[in-house]
Amino acid sequence: MSKIFDVPLYAYTRSPDQDEAMPIRHPVVIIGAGPVGLATAIDLAQQGIKTVILDDNDRVSFGSRAICFAKRPLEIMDRLGCGERLVERGVQWDTGKVFFDTRQVYEFSLTEEEGHKNPAFINLQQYTFEQVLVERIREMQAEGAPIEIRGRNKVEAIGQHDTHVTLEVDTPEGSYTIEAEWLVACDGANSPTRRMLGLDFDGQVFEDNFLIADVVMKADFPSERWFWFDPPFNRGQSALLHKQPDNVWRIDLQLGRDIDKEREKRPENVMTRLKAMLGDEAEFDLEWVSIYTFQCCRMERFRHGRTLFAGDSAHQVSPFGARGANSGLQDADNIAWKLKLVLDGKASETLMDSYNIERAYAADENILNSTRSTEFITPKSEMSRILRDAVLDLSAHHEFAQPLVNSGRLSVPCTYDGSMLNSADALAAPDLTRPGSPCPDAPLGDDHLLSKLGNAFILLTIDADAPGSFEEDGVTATRLALSVRDDPTLTLKRQYLGDATAGVYLIRPDQHVAARREAFDEPHFRAALRRAIGKE
Amino acid sequence: MSDKLILSPNLDNADGFFDALARAHDGLEKSSSDALNARLIFLLANHIGDSEVLDTALKAAQVSGHQR
Repeated sequence: MSKIFDVPLYAYTRSPDQDEAMPIRHPVVIIGAGPVGLATAIDLAQQGIKTVILDDNDRVSFGSRAICFAKRPLEIMDRLGCGERLVERGVQWDTGKVFFDTRQVYEFSLTEEEGHKNPAFINLQQYTFEQVLVERIREMQAEGAPIEIRGRNKVEAIGQHDTHVTLEVDTPEGSYTIEAEWLVACDGANSPTRRMLGLDFDGQVFEDNFLIADVVMKADFPSERWFWFDPPFNRGQSALLHKQPDNVWRIDLQLGRDIDKEREKRPENVMTRLKAMLGDEAEFDLEWVSIYTFQCCRMERFRHGRTLFAGDSAHQVSPFGARGANSGLQDADNIAWKLKLVLDGKASETLMDSYNIERAYAADENILNSTRSTEFITPKSEMSRILRDAVLDLSAHHEFAQPLVNSGRLSVPCTYDGSMLNSADALAAPDLTRPGSPCPDAPLGDDHLLSKLGNAFILLTIDADAPGSFEEDGVTATRLALSVRDDPTLTLKRQYLGDATAGVYLIRPDQHVAARREAFDEPHFRAALRRAIGKE
Repeated sequence: MSDKLILSPNLDNADGFFDALARAHDGLEKSSSDALNARLIFLLANHIGDSEVLDTALKAAQVSGHQR
């Protein structure tokens, strides 16, 4: 049986653009059909923006790669019409165990928040994630949505201009030129776009090598994240085990600094290492093996004129914490509604600078967390190892040491504190929903709050009066009127009001809070809407 | 420097603590001694809790070393 990553999902076909005498100009061209490029395209096309994705390949990624998808990105995928399919295909988990040597020292549970539609995490192979997004695109195409994936279309040269970008694209039938009003580069950590434009990518490079393997086996380990420090089967190093769907298990083994990569990659050597971990009697097949080192880097700016960088092309982290694809999907979430307003002439192109500000802030948060995890997992000096081991030993005996154990601080969404799009907080309610925050979900009878938010500006009123909608400079905010009586679990009250008795929230199309006050005060909310689209 | 860190004598049994600390290391290999010190640092740090006090203590320890 051929695997999904062996099948061309978007085989090369000739585009009419290739036969035009003059280059065709598209509103948005995206380079890279990975999770971030596909999500950005779906988001834009859902809003009616004609979008073309160019990919140098014609199939989903080889190997499981990104496997842990967190709640917030799943909420974004819900907005893009494919969250439920992803959750159905994935393995849900919420428990992590940490082992030191032969002992379990610590177990954590990612608290299930009451009434949230999506789980804390699912594990799903990146190729399946991409496959579901491609299926979503096919479905949208059938409904007439303006979205296109061009396989085996490799961008060879990029010309930047004030009003557009020119792309020279190589195909099996020769090259052609197209133009884009906006280019979104989602072409990964080694981004050819970044290289062609001669842009920086700076940060910290880590020297430890990791062996990553997808193993197909029938095993009855539970659906949990297991992390080992200094286990007998990988002395002095770390190991990580994750369950994926279809009996595929992800194993990460730290190998250390000075190793012979070619030797380590030989199947017989990999099998020896895996048997030491899984036991001699375990029966399994190797699906994918890779050896990697990693870095925590980012571009200084994610916007360069009409070119935007998103996902790994803009920022890269270590794998501990699942902050790569998860943050990239939040980049897509941030870009799409802003580009829509700019392309519709309802916002100035400087709105795209707020993409850079907000997502660079998020990237710094991710890089800080990821760097700290990496330093705990791969101590750089003898003394940092002594301190690390002291924490692990103490954690087995005393609860206080458990928060110090850092086997990866798992991805949580960023609150855009200090963003120029936020209005000053004017409601004495919980910090969780302060301006800049992603809206937390809440149950509303058979439905959920988040399914009523997104794609447009929403004026959420909780036990407060307001008009059905208001318009400011061509942008409309539509009221969603709720009452704490709609939510018997009181989740809405706990998250959005706290001790307040009423509240009015202006919520952005990406479900982040732009402003909140005790009551609908028209001049303030008009100003808040102008501010949220970069006009104040 | 914050004045929250107590830098005047505060141990209720100074000689006794020094003695107990030194004796805890009797007969230990260097690696075990280092590990013991490290565990003790985390236990004491957690008891203090206040990051301002801990930061000041860390700086005081660094500066005292240079003056030797």
